[in-house]
Amino acid sequence: MDLSLSTRTVGDRTVVEVGGEIDVYTAPKLREQLVELVNDGSFHLVVDMEGVDFLDSTGLGVLVGGLKRVRAHEGSLRLVCNQERILKIFRITGLTKVFPIHQSVEEAVAATD
Amino acid sequence: MATVELRFSAQPEHVRTARLVAAAVARRAGVDEAVLDEVRLAVGEACSRAVGLHQASSIAAPVHVQLIEDEKQFSIEVGDEAPSGGDSASGAGDGDAESEDEMGLAVISGLVDDVEVSAGENGGLIRMSWPTTPDHPEPVA
Repeated sequence: MDLSLSTRTVGDRTVVEVGGEIDVYTAPKLREQLVELVNDGSFHLVVDMEGVDFLDSTGLGVLVGGLKRVRAHEGSLRLVCNQERILKIFRITGLTKVFPIHQSVEEAVAATD
Repeated sequence: MATVELRFSAQPEHVRTARLVAAAVARRAGVDEAVLDEVRLAVGEACSRAVGLHQASSIAAPVHVQLIEDEKQFSIEVGDEAPSGGDSASGAGDGDAESEDEMGLAVISGLVDDVEVSAGENGGLIRMSWPTTPDHPEPVA
């Protein structure tokens, strides 16, 4: 399965819905999408990972890169994920401390800190 | 001898194939269903790393994966041909690639209890093993 990406605006947030597999082959597409959003002035991103079947360290690297980019504009990058097998990868790498991870898009969109 | 052996050109699009094959062979070997996700992720990380190393050093040789079924364990060996210690010499200076490499190894060591990473002049090898539970226990004589 390939990677699918779609974006929509909810208030001042941009929700990026990701589906399929994020790996060494497909991660560059996600990186391009995040870079494009930031270049277009979207600095508050919510990445919805509920449709993601597979995530590896290349994908994690892209998300960290996205976080660095939005932070350079005082923005935010929040994740939506309930899947244990995906959350496990964030825990192993200590990235649960780096990303705010929410249970729903609604919760992520409403979150402020 | 390996149960199944794969060689693929060092291109990212083939890593998924390696994941699928490894998971299929692991399942057949009797690796627990609950662990198959870890096998898939770990072999993907090892192959992604090998692809990255080959591409960074412009090595034309393929990445080599051996899937080995033993009596009580299933092992995966992912071999690259990138010489160790060449990192500074290659002068890539790509901090992102370097940290991705480290993150890949961090994921592997976080996932797999039984893992050995070795590197030499002729390339590196990541060896990972998982216990297997045979479907059909030995019949009592």
